[in-house]
Amino acid sequence: MISCHNCHLVCHISPLNNPSAMACPRCGSRIHRRKPNSISRTWALVITALILYIPANVLPISISTTMGNSHEDTIISGVIYFIESGSWPIGLIIFTASIFVPVLKILVLIYLLISVQKKSSRRPLDKTRLYRMVEAVGRWSMVDIFVITIIAALIKLGVLVDFKTGPAAVYFGAVVVVTIFAAMSFDPRLIWDNIKEYHE
Amino acid sequence: MKKKIIIACHECDLLHRIESLPEGSTALCRRCHAVLLSHKKDSLNRSLALNITALILFFISNAYPLIEIKTEGICRATTLMGGVRNLYDQGFWEIALLVLFTAILFPGFEILSRLYLLLPLKFYKKPWHMSLIIKFIQKIKPWGMMDVFMLGILVSVIKLVKMVSVIPGPSLYSFFALIFVVTGAASAMDFHSIWEKA
Repeated sequence: MISCHNCHLVCHISPLNNPSAMACPRCGSRIHRRKPNSISRTWALVITALILYIPANVLPISISTTMGNSHEDTIISGVIYFIESGSWPIGLIIFTASIFVPVLKILVLIYLLISVQKKSSRRPLDKTRLYRMVEAVGRWSMVDIFVITIIAALIKLGVLVDFKTGPAAVYFGAVVVVTIFAAMSFDPRLIWDNIKEYHE
Repeated sequence: MKKKIIIACHECDLLHRIESLPEGSTALCRRCHAVLLSHKKDSLNRSLALNITALILFFISNAYPLIEIKTEGICRATTLMGGVRNLYDQGFWEIALLVLFTAILFPGFEILSRLYLLLPLKFYKKPWHMSLIIKFIQKIKPWGMMDVFMLGILVSVIKLVKMVSVIPGPSLYSFFALIFVVTGAASAMDFHSIWEKA
């Protein structure tokens, strides 16, 4: 029996059929036991995210000009600036969304991938919870991108202040998109495949 | 839901037999506590109402300026789309597209496709290409980020207040209301009962 990914109908599959070419009788989606190539796909995306994360942090994310002085900010220097200038709540939001969440996401996915590959059967419930958290929290990394969108649209071509988007924004946006895809391609059921039996 | 159904948990694949699920209750997986099914109260009417409200608020939110600032004697206002246009003009078309899709298009498509499903069902008809639309809704769901955008607005207002005077635009209020309505509209949907009905 295989459960359909799209409409969650449990389909009865006889072993004679070729399982790779099967469609759900209710919604017509292709069905498979687990997400295809889940582990290698997730690895590829996680590594891509790690590589993209470097330029995202090294390059400036915003360039602001005040009274003729041009000032470039990276993600980290922006956070430090906010904490030092007293608006630590914003500093904390940006730190959580732009640094803590992406790093946490990448590390948790690597941990889950390794533990699935080692066929570990320890604490599957906690691992599933960890996966759910990663899936839910990832989108909030977009906050910084949205902030830049709004501020850059409002403050432009002024005589005294000017605000421009920096090249890191592209890389950072890519990190967010790639990590969301990575979380999607990981199949949490792999965590449970190593548990032989379940007793109430 | 009187029929007996068999369902596999979509997070750990444990099979469950659900005898009956009273209205307003939710079935959780015994092993990993994921939500298996939830039988929502009056799902069709509630989600229809919330989605229509969401559609109206969505138009208001996109038609009027979000924030207005005053500096050096000039006023400048921006709509959501204006922010996207500005990124595009600066040459950051990748981010412009990302913002366009996550903050405007996907949330809009999601509301429209939910209405596309719900309206015919209300009149006891099966919507055309129903399974395709349901698949589409589930595909784009993780990419609608209006709630994140709202936080982005709040952070930028706090940032801007230090430099210039900020006036909230009309669509800021409707955007704020939209976040709650859209969240309600999404959670009122009951795909299981849609599959059963059709």
